[in-house]
Amino acid sequence: MRDARFGLLTDRPATFVLVGGRVIDPSDGSDEERDIAVRDGLVVEAADDAERIDASGWVIAPGFCDLHAHLREPGISGAETIASGTRAAAHGGFTTVCAMPNTDPPLDSADAVGAVVAAPASARVRVIAAATRRRAGGELTAVEELGRAGAIGVSDDGAAVPSAALTADLLARLASLGLPLFEHAEDASVAGGGVMRAGPAATRLGLAPWPPEAEVAIVERDIALAEAAHARLHLTHLSTARSLDAVRAAKARGVAVTCDVTPHHLALTDEWVAGSRRFAWEEADPRSELAYDGRCRVNPPLASRDDAMNLLAGVADGAVDAIATDHAPHPAESKLVPFAQAAPGLIGLETALSVGLLTVEAGRLSLSALLAALSTRPAAIVGEKRGLRTGERADLVAFDPAAGWRVDATTLGSASANSPLVDMELPGVVRLTVADGRVTYRT
Amino acid sequence: MTTAVGPRTWSRRHLLDVDGLSRDELETILALAVDMRNVRAGREHPSLLEAETVALAFFEASTRTRISFELAAKALGATTVDLGVDRSSVSKGESLVDTLRTLERTGVTTVVIRHSDSGAPHLAARETGLRVINAGDGVHAHPTQALLDALTLREFFGSLDGRMVVIVGDVAHSRVARSNIHSLQSLGARVRVAGPAPWVADFNHWPGVEVATSLDDGLRDADAVMALRVQLERGAESFGDFVADWRLDEDRMALALPGAPILHPGPTNEGVELTAELANGPRSLIGRQVENGVPIRMAVLALVCGAV
Repeated sequence: MRDARFGLLTDRPATFVLVGGRVIDPSDGSDEERDIAVRDGLVVEAADDAERIDASGWVIAPGFCDLHAHLREPGISGAETIASGTRAAAHGGFTTVCAMPNTDPPLDSADAVGAVVAAPASARVRVIAAATRRRAGGELTAVEELGRAGAIGVSDDGAAVPSAALTADLLARLASLGLPLFEHAEDASVAGGGVMRAGPAATRLGLAPWPPEAEVAIVERDIALAEAAHARLHLTHLSTARSLDAVRAAKARGVAVTCDVTPHHLALTDEWVAGSRRFAWEEADPRSELAYDGRCRVNPPLASRDDAMNLLAGVADGAVDAIATDHAPHPAESKLVPFAQAAPGLIGLETALSVGLLTVEAGRLSLSALLAALSTRPAAIVGEKRGLRTGERADLVAFDPAAGWRVDATTLGSASANSPLVDMELPGVVRLTVADGRVTYRT
Repeated sequence: MTTAVGPRTWSRRHLLDVDGLSRDELETILALAVDMRNVRAGREHPSLLEAETVALAFFEASTRTRISFELAAKALGATTVDLGVDRSSVSKGESLVDTLRTLERTGVTTVVIRHSDSGAPHLAARETGLRVINAGDGVHAHPTQALLDALTLREFFGSLDGRMVVIVGDVAHSRVARSNIHSLQSLGARVRVAGPAPWVADFNHWPGVEVATSLDDGLRDADAVMALRVQLERGAESFGDFVADWRLDEDRMALALPGAPILHPGPTNEGVELTAELANGPRSLIGRQVENGVPIRMAVLALVCGAV
């Protein structure tokens, strides 16, 4: 399917000048109105004969890097493919997506990793390989080999590495490679089949409660083990203030721990399951006709308002290293079922910037902190440089923060549309995405 | 049909839960139910729902709720169909939404749905053009049970303003309790939940609800006591010490205010939640609850179908 808005990383390197945009570059803290000239994919001083793109009113920032996405390939291509998932990335301003290994079969071999990395795409695809064979939680994968094949870390995402002993072994082996464990922090035995964050709304709705201790227990376990092993630990999609407290304390001790939070855990709350469509910093407004929407089922579940506000504060002060989407495409029918039976997860690549801009508009986050959490800080975790200075490979997003858009299921790059944000009006329209010198998205 | 009720407050196409019902809406239902009872007693057969086809889609076992809905619909002239889940395409794995859309295409206008998943009626209301009446969903809501309980208590007390109604037992797994909390509070009553801590602790955050974890604290100053079915099928661990500590009998009811009535939504686990003597004794309103089932469901059907 051809869509003229999108390009591929194998396209010819681009040449253009963005004229008059506000350039925010968290890599050097600069925030100034200036032109950006690109010739043959490189940022140059000037490109006089090149196409001039009027960027007045736009913000130009380093390309975004998503530490957590599900591209569903191989095996689950009804929901997404590498092609469609990276189109969604480009549409959202992302130039790198880190693909999680819970595909069918899981990405647990060097060949599988290599195939994903080599696939034609509209964004760089980095692979987080499986931590255990077949992602079954039993025996560790050949992490050294996976690293050589290009994996940037390992994870059994969808589940935590089950036992502490196995996790300790894994971290010891990862430490010598310098690769992180990307941990889905959830103790299944504590979670107990819960489908909604424990709290007053879950009690009211009569949905099985998911206690926050399910997350905290693994966060604290892993921090202790990573500290002992001198290994890197990345805690993904944190959803509770207590987890973040543990991360703060560990960072203060010098533990090599980093973490990300999703846009939906920052801005949406458990009251969305009750039919509210107000954001975390607003008063909830539960409405029966919107209650139990399967598109609000996600794991970890949408957080309490207090937790969301604490996590937002963590992004603002840097305790949270990155905003990652946990982009989790599912076909419509897997959400058109009673809430507890709905497949967990929502798409996020195309709405992450907009949701971030909502937090900026609400005065909860500065624009520069938002852009750092989307671009340079996650890029650093996977060893990618980002910058908009002369001589660098052009890797950027240009968006109009004053424009709005309706999240329209028919114009998304993703092959799926499972998000409660579909049909809502959101701020911030991406105009141009350039990945590795190539235009991957333009309107 | 002529009724004694004044202006009605009702504009809903569905009855999904009790949370959102205003006091005026509750009063409308209760008043109409009294009319309906008189209609039935007078052997009148109004044809209010003549144009309606009401499907009973019970994805979970039920006797009194299903039968009373069926009788209510027939008493108002509706055509009824019973989905008979065990012998329908549901048993072949058809999804809930597909099953209901099929009903709609065959001419069903209104569905009365019971389902083991909380929120199933909300899904039905969103994804089909059917009018939806919730006959019990998971551990979330059982609106018509709460309404018939409210009618029963109202007729006993006259007014519920300031009355303390204590709900005893497996509150955590009870859709009846959740719906009763909403309706009783809306009608002016105070509500306390009482039971073993794991069955009531989550209700500490429920606005206006008192929580008690001993029988003494639970029944103190109670104007009325509502026992609940212990829901083994929904994850309650076992009857365990519940019988020893919590089973209600005539002696224990002395902890409540003199003459306090006892209610139970049925079916009872015999001798678990309360003794047979209490269930069949002078304090018991259990029979009245069952009797109020049909008129309440007639009122709900008539309102949801826009027939009154």
